[in-house]
Amino acid sequence: MAGPADAPSVSEPNKAEEERALVAIFSAYTVSATFWLIVATAVGLLVAVKFIFPDFATSPLASFGRLRPIHTNGTFFAWASPALVGLALYIAARSSGTRLYSPRLAWIALILLNLAALCGTITLDLGYNAGDQEYREWLWWIRVIFGAGIALTTWNLIATVATREDEDLYLSNWYTISATIQAIIITLVALLPWYQIGLGQVAVQGYFMHNAVGMWFTPITLGIFYYALPKLLNRPIYSYSLGILAFWTNLIFYPIIGSHHFLFSPLPWWLQTTAIVFSIAMVVPVAGGSANFLLTMQGRGDWMYRSPAMFFLVGVLGYFFGSVQGSVEALRSMQQIWHLTNYTVSHSHLTMYGFVTFTIWGGIYALLPRATGREPYNLLVGVHFWLSTVGMMIYVVALGIGGTEQGLDWIRGAPFIESVVDQTPYWLWRAVGGGLMFLGHLVFAFNVWSMIWGPVRAAEPVPAAAGVPA
Amino acid sequence: MNAANAKLLSIVGGAGAVYLGLAVLMGVLPGAWLSRTPPGPGVKPLTAEEDLGREVYVSEGCSYCHTQQVRPLSTDTPFGRPSAPGDFAYQTPELLGSERNGPDLTNIGARQPSTVWQYMHLYQPRSVVPQSIMPAFPWLFRVVDRLPPGETAVPIPKAYAPEHGFVIPTKRGKALVAYLLSLKQPPLPGQKALAPTAPAAPAASAEANAAAPAGANAAAGAKLFADRCAVCHGATGEGVPGAFPSLKGDPVVNAASAKEQIRTVLFGLQGKKIGDTSYSAAMPPFADQLSDDDIMQIINHERSSWGNHAPLITAKDVAAERSSKP
Repeated sequence: MAGPADAPSVSEPNKAEEERALVAIFSAYTVSATFWLIVATAVGLLVAVKFIFPDFATSPLASFGRLRPIHTNGTFFAWASPALVGLALYIAARSSGTRLYSPRLAWIALILLNLAALCGTITLDLGYNAGDQEYREWLWWIRVIFGAGIALTTWNLIATVATREDEDLYLSNWYTISATIQAIIITLVALLPWYQIGLGQVAVQGYFMHNAVGMWFTPITLGIFYYALPKLLNRPIYSYSLGILAFWTNLIFYPIIGSHHFLFSPLPWWLQTTAIVFSIAMVVPVAGGSANFLLTMQGRGDWMYRSPAMFFLVGVLGYFFGSVQGSVEALRSMQQIWHLTNYTVSHSHLTMYGFVTFTIWGGIYALLPRATGREPYNLLVGVHFWLSTVGMMIYVVALGIGGTEQGLDWIRGAPFIESVVDQTPYWLWRAVGGGLMFLGHLVFAFNVWSMIWGPVRAAEPVPAAAGVPA
Repeated sequence: MNAANAKLLSIVGGAGAVYLGLAVLMGVLPGAWLSRTPPGPGVKPLTAEEDLGREVYVSEGCSYCHTQQVRPLSTDTPFGRPSAPGDFAYQTPELLGSERNGPDLTNIGARQPSTVWQYMHLYQPRSVVPQSIMPAFPWLFRVVDRLPPGETAVPIPKAYAPEHGFVIPTKRGKALVAYLLSLKQPPLPGQKALAPTAPAAPAASAEANAAAPAGANAAAGAKLFADRCAVCHGATGEGVPGAFPSLKGDPVVNAASAKEQIRTVLFGLQGKKIGDTSYSAAMPPFADQLSDDDIMQIINHERSSWGNHAPLITAKDVAAERSSKP
């Protein structure tokens, strides 16, 4: 297997030029994504506050119903997606030991992604919502712009990897390239209107919301893991075969489980049952992927706790627990309690934040300083880590308990308003957790600054993995 | 093509083809098939105004907190009968929702048919439900110094009313309420509107019933009142001054004969003058929604709560009034 080739030789002048172009692109994607992270989570925090003070900032432009989709679409498509694309482009070139096929395409894609984010945010705030369908609230033409950005990325990734020197294809690229192709298919299926009338749209929405998460964010995020984690720990991934098994099982099982978002709905019962069965089957790729990462980390604990690998540790735990939780939630008996409650919100933050966002941070902290030669301040990386980790734990636990209580209130037949009143303390804790998370993002923004424009600082050398079978 | 690119093509192309097949199988085909679900009996398309109201509903993101799907679970019985596939024939975009921070709205037009209540609630939810956390939507209203002809002012309580002028709904506000009131579940074929002898509420302990007539149950009455009545008359029965009458100390509720009270619950009421206030908001008729037993529980709760001390009734009293329709 070809190991990732780091720091290509820069003897020729145009190699140095290509190197600078790649680093500039990686940096630009990271900076743009970070900007949107701050915007989208500031909106999230405001929304959280409105649960406690419903008359705070009453105005159409700051109303809950318009800000909520700005928060979800912003974190999904303005923060996480461009950040992951930037990482994927950098990894494609580095792992193939070659240059990026087209810096120009990468810049155009970045402009398209940002244009979509800007138009999407503004139109939602003005009340133009495509139909309250979660994660596809942007108007159709905005989603076309986003899809075009992803399509250019796919082309760039494939063309870059096609010029690699080794025959073998580094596993990261399996995941990242397939993810972009799947994202294009998902976007198209969600856009075309002919099979989305009434109940038909419910089926498509079940497919869409789940596949956007599981066939776009999950595989591209796992692709970051397979490159950045070995790089950071200076040892190969524990098992290449396990990674391949997880790849194919994820591909087969995941697309089938979307309808579990509409259990007990008028969707055909067999469609719901099929979704439940494959939700349980998802334990296979999840356990395979998680075990692979944890076994790669094993024995390096002494060094990990002082390194950005901690972000990957939270990432893999978020992946494992979030996904297993998803499988359990899909059971009918559990859905009777948790469906439609705040428990779902807790779950989506454990996965999109604990897994996806922490992995992006791990990837950026692992790779960006190597690209720019500027290390962030270790203390501030730690501050970011702990603010976000503690904040997320408070968030997830509070809404997990709160959502359960909400569901039990309904089951015991309490008047509905009681289930609202009973949530108040949990919503308060959610805002506290969200506040800590947001503070963490501000520290992260500063760290991004120091990794790109800060003083040139060399990394602490990674100790060799002595005595550890590699 | 060299071997390296053949490998790239087979992995990426193979995975892409597999995924495309699954996306068609699990997304497009079920969508195409279910898009052809015919409308159920009694399910009608929206009027132009209701349609505009639905657009406002989508635009303001109502479905992030309100579902429109009644599941066949006991938790959902307060919201109506279980949703059927034919209910959604004219609902594009679908608004089933994924979170229920507020109640389900599938049948809100039947459960809360008062336009006055809906307007007050949209202008300031806490004016009618003090513990509500719903956002206020004052931009669906305007404040005028003089009422235009044909307009009725929304009776906003002092604490929430603008300093001067009248609050009237805008076109979009009216459309939204028209849409909300259109949300009524047509009964399923073979399903009767509601049997007058629906199963009684769970029995309470014997001693709690000692002083009450046969079948009366303080807990069941309180719950029914909270579910059905408190939204306008308040959890403490005090109503909303100027909009919904107080039941505390009310002469009809405290009268020796419960005839008028029973008939009001069964058949509804509008425009009644109590003291100096004429109440324009319509009280909905509950004859089709509640059994004799339920109505007996509610009326006995009203007659024995908040300082009211009036003779209690039995389900037979309700049945007698029900059979002697106006």
